[in-house]
Amino acid sequence: MATATVRAQRRTVALRRAFAPIAEARGFARWMLFAGAAITLMFVILAAFAPLLSPYAFDQYQANGHRFAQLARPGHGHILGTTVQSTDVLARIVYGAQTELEVVGLALAFGLAVGVPLGLVSGYFGGILDRGSVFFMDAMFAFPPLLLAIIIAFLLGSSVSSGVLVAAIAITIVYVPQYFRVVRNHVISVREEQYVEAARALGAKPFTILRRYVFFNVVQNVPVIATLNAADAVLTLTALGFIGYGVQPTQGAEWGYDVSRAVTDVASGIWWTGLFPGLAIVLLVSGLTLLGEGLNETINPVLRRRAIRQVDFDAPSFDAGAEFYEA
Amino acid sequence: MSAEPVLTVRDLRLWYGTPRGSVRAVDGVSLEIGAGQTLGLVGESGSGKSTLGRGILGLLPEGAKSDGEVLYKGRNLVGASHRELRRLRGPELGLIFQEPMTRLDPLMRIEDQFRETLEQHESKLTDAEIRRRSLDTLGRMGIPPTRFRQYPHEFSGGMRQRIMIALALVLRPSLLVADEPTTALDVIVEAQILRILADLKENFGTALLLITHNLGIVAEACDHVAVMYAGQIVEEGPARDVFAEPKHPYTRELLRSTISLDTRELHSIPGAPPNLITPPTGCHFHPRCPDIMRVCPAKDPIETRHDGDRRVLCWLHGPESEIPPGGGEPIERERIAVAEEA
Amino acid sequence: MSASAETLVSVRGLKTYYSIRGSFLDRLVGRTGAAVRAVDDISLDLRKGEVLGLVGESGSGKTTLGRTILGLVPATSGTVEFEGKDITKLSEHDLRELRRRMQIVFQDPHASLNPAMTIAQAVGHPLQIHGLAQDKEQVRARVAEVLDRVGLSPVEQFMDKYPSDLSGGQKQRAVIARAIILNPVLLVADEPVSMLDMSVRAKILELMLALKRDFDLTYLYVTHDLATAKFFCDRIAIMYLGRIVEIGPSEAIYEDPKHPYTQALLRAIPEPDPRRTIPRDLPRGEVPDAAKPPLGCHFRPRCPRAFEVCGWEARDLKELLERRWAEMGEEGFDAERAAVGPAESLNEPATTAKLHGHGGASGADLAGLLEKARTGDPDDPFWTGVKRIASENGALEVDWFDPVDPRLLPAGPVEVECHLYDEAALAEAAERRGARIP
Ligand SMILES: Nc1ncnc2c1ncn2[C@@H]1O[C@H](COP(=O)(O)OP(=O)(O)OP(=O)(O)O)[C@@H](O)[C@H]1O
Ligand SMILES: Nc1ncnc2c1ncn2[C@@H]1O[C@H](COP(=O)(O)OP(=O)(O)O)[C@@H](O)[C@H]1O
Ligand code: SF4
Ligand code: SF4
Ligand SMILES: [Mg+2]
Ligand SMILES: [Mg+2]
Repeated sequence: MATATVRAQRRTVALRRAFAPIAEARGFARWMLFAGAAITLMFVILAAFAPLLSPYAFDQYQANGHRFAQLARPGHGHILGTTVQSTDVLARIVYGAQTELEVVGLALAFGLAVGVPLGLVSGYFGGILDRGSVFFMDAMFAFPPLLLAIIIAFLLGSSVSSGVLVAAIAITIVYVPQYFRVVRNHVISVREEQYVEAARALGAKPFTILRRYVFFNVVQNVPVIATLNAADAVLTLTALGFIGYGVQPTQGAEWGYDVSRAVTDVASGIWWTGLFPGLAIVLLVSGLTLLGEGLNETINPVLRRRAIRQVDFDAPSFDAGAEFYEA
Repeated sequence: MSAEPVLTVRDLRLWYGTPRGSVRAVDGVSLEIGAGQTLGLVGESGSGKSTLGRGILGLLPEGAKSDGEVLYKGRNLVGASHRELRRLRGPELGLIFQEPMTRLDPLMRIEDQFRETLEQHESKLTDAEIRRRSLDTLGRMGIPPTRFRQYPHEFSGGMRQRIMIALALVLRPSLLVADEPTTALDVIVEAQILRILADLKENFGTALLLITHNLGIVAEACDHVAVMYAGQIVEEGPARDVFAEPKHPYTRELLRSTISLDTRELHSIPGAPPNLITPPTGCHFHPRCPDIMRVCPAKDPIETRHDGDRRVLCWLHGPESEIPPGGGEPIERERIAVAEEA
Repeated sequence: MSASAETLVSVRGLKTYYSIRGSFLDRLVGRTGAAVRAVDDISLDLRKGEVLGLVGESGSGKTTLGRTILGLVPATSGTVEFEGKDITKLSEHDLRELRRRMQIVFQDPHASLNPAMTIAQAVGHPLQIHGLAQDKEQVRARVAEVLDRVGLSPVEQFMDKYPSDLSGGQKQRAVIARAIILNPVLLVADEPVSMLDMSVRAKILELMLALKRDFDLTYLYVTHDLATAKFFCDRIAIMYLGRIVEIGPSEAIYEDPKHPYTQALLRAIPEPDPRRTIPRDLPRGEVPDAAKPPLGCHFRPRCPRAFEVCGWEARDLKELLERRWAEMGEEGFDAERAAVGPAESLNEPATTAKLHGHGGASGADLAGLLEKARTGDPDDPFWTGVKRIASENGALEVDWFDPVDPRLLPAGPVEVECHLYDEAALAEAAERRGARIP
């Protein structure tokens, strides 16, 4: 047997096993999962193909030497209208998706990279390290998230030039305690499992045990909180942008910033500059939340509900026996 | 069995709905228990013992369906309303679970648990009567009255199980279902509890369905035994007779594979109990049966009665008239792989 | 097996205590919490190639002893010598090296396999941990070999399954495969079949016996089941509350059990033989709390044959009264309880107790109450331990004889820890009988 095909087969089995709960999801959970995934995917496509999908650049206020009209109504030439700075609202939405996803993606990656290992080590080894990190993380968790993000953005703003990076770091620090807590608490229960002691009895080193025995049984919950946190992070980022501490207008389009600029427009009956970025925020946040909750209900065995086949006493019973008898 | 049975089960089916189809956990079971009688229900894990015990009391999860008759003092409990079942559970039908700690409310004193139970079903009792009845029942279980006001966690495992039994008995139910009441306990404590259960009939005249997978316990505490396999009762009769001379091949093999102090060599039943979504055709035991005949996989066995009060579900015991010509020939078969076990 | 067989493990004076965390207040005032004496001064030898059964009720310390021998739990004191090294003194690093030689099979097959690893990964991992295979294919080949050996064949059908796809018996086979893949010399089997169905138990025991022959294994078989132990073991050690109370060749123990506890255990087993019934005079009560063991012999509160020297104390009087009250009607109980009161002095391990009469009861009334209890059940061994009952100044004073700790002494082919087999203790008891103050 070719080993390559055997390996491939084994991988397929492992993958199918990992995704089995998703395939088996039923009812409301399935609906949430798919609606959330579709909405999120739409924004990912917007972000990835922004230059192709957007008619103009995010900060473009002229084309072919003509300056765009200020506050043009949605319609001809500018499907969603223009802003007070003459930029195209649609372009700001499309490029805004890019900014949001970049920042949130980076923040997630940083947060997981810091929070998960820290939670694993802290929970598994315990002792003074654990008590110290728990105290520190709890202190951070107790801080109002937005305030924390503002302070960090403010502190980093002068030394780090990339606005996306500043925002991502600020948001990372807000969410690290959550990953830490979830992972640590789960590790503490897994640590007492018999198979962990069995691994120790086999002579495995502590880091081997962490890697091979604890890690996989702990990370199952992480996708759920990561997705839910992503939804929350979008809100934090747009709030930062709204009060002027987010991604700077010169560095990228950002919906929160756009909404803040649009506040004054509304009084004069100009609705499109605020409505569309606002809608984009709501849609992305809802999409991520649906995805997270859907994942939660499918992965979490307590909430999991599978479609059962109703009992039917009158269903025909199996009658293969007759044939057996003939043979 | 004796004159007027407390419980008569006829053709009871209890199936669970699952994503892959119906699990036929109990599939056409009939039995009777008379007052003061103890029926032991034995079988391997997954044979449907607990399902039967709970099903009789109408305690099945969502998605499960029942069909047939559960006659308690002449009333059919299959299809009875939730309200009626709730009213019967306690004063008429009692249940003892395996894990006593999960069933006693950890935040309530023993006294209050008894008070609640008694008040719920016999609202006219005075405080003094409640105390007298509770202490009396507890005393019979060997729980001293000094500990009446303690919390469940202050008792040892065996005492908790005795408190559970007392709590079930204080309402004087006519029928008690005990699902593996001693599995979590030590041998000596188990023996103490078995004594108590064996004394039930003298003290209370309770009909008892004792579920266990330990044949020793049945021999110790039961008058009758019913052997369950793959959702069916394959053999039933007086414990003494069944143990002395098992008729069904499964009963025989089960007895042989039990390790006791007299065991000289090990014996085991090849193969594993079947899944109950698509149980084997004909006799459910045929894939593991050493005595398999041609008729066994082809035709559902028919229950036959012997010596008055024994019944067996196996073609070896007839009825001859139903076995097609040539059906009685044995089937040779290759050894079953070792690992296909429970 | 010859008595001169080489000793593989030698345990001497081993104690393993678990400290119970005291209450918050205790810690605040710097009081250290009590300790559970899970293993309390045990010495035994495990000979090469034998099967030693460690039998006892739950909480008797069997698992803890097994784990301490493997260095999975730190010993409080004493030594465990394995192949000449004292493993209680080894560092975690040196122990890891030694783990190739000693393995364990746990009770619960469902919990001892990592749910996220396939059977092949789980069984092969020990090879990788100890760097015993060059590449993955070599690991797989070796895994296939052991899986086949433990009866999980055809192996391809099991290699890439996850534990959740296997039945209990199959999982236990995989756990055994994982334990033997390193070719250990010692295998601690902690109740390997107690979670399995009876129809599977025999198969797993058969497998273990075959593996022992093929691989020259030495087993420490931990169980609460005397029936499988009888079949499986060459020697048996009966444990009770952290101590070995009887140890010797299996046949001797089953044919002529010496210790009252061993006798009770053997009689309490429900056997699938309707002609044999469990006797009624079983030891009462349950295994007491290992954090506050009884004085003298640990088995005394339940022992039907206990006598003067066994270590009677105040807590036994409380139990005696409670037993009396449980049997007596409500009125009788209410009256006696009112006279005795809360009797706090009966909660402590002490050989003297002072009871004050309550509700107008005098010391003499209490003495009368005790006298009634005595006439109600004069054969209760409790009364052998009472040295003096006197009523003074409205209070009742009860003294018991001083406790004598039993020692593990040879008695025929076995060793027993019971005063009934100790000449010195019997002589002492006779003397005390004479010295009792009426
Ligand atoms: N809630 C449920 N949903 C679906 N199937 C179930 C459910 N409960 C039990 N079953 C299935 O019904 C069958 C009988 O189970 P049951 O618990 O009655 O067996 P048992 O004889 O009591 O076993 P044990 O000795 O292990 O307690 C098994 O195949 C089991 O998997
Ligand atoms: N990790 C632990 N921490 C504290 N006490 C323990 C721990 N493990 C066991 N014990 C206590 O030690 C005693 C002996 O337990 P154990 O060795 O598990 O006995 P057995 O295996 O005979 O049932 C019991 O009283 C038990 O409660
Ligand atoms: S009916 Fe046939 S297969 Fe079934 S138990 Fe009897 S002999 Fe065996
Ligand atoms: S020393 Fe022997 S007789 Fe005395 S209590 Fe202990 S076991 Fe019983
Ligand atoms: Mg059950
Ligand atoms: Mg144990």
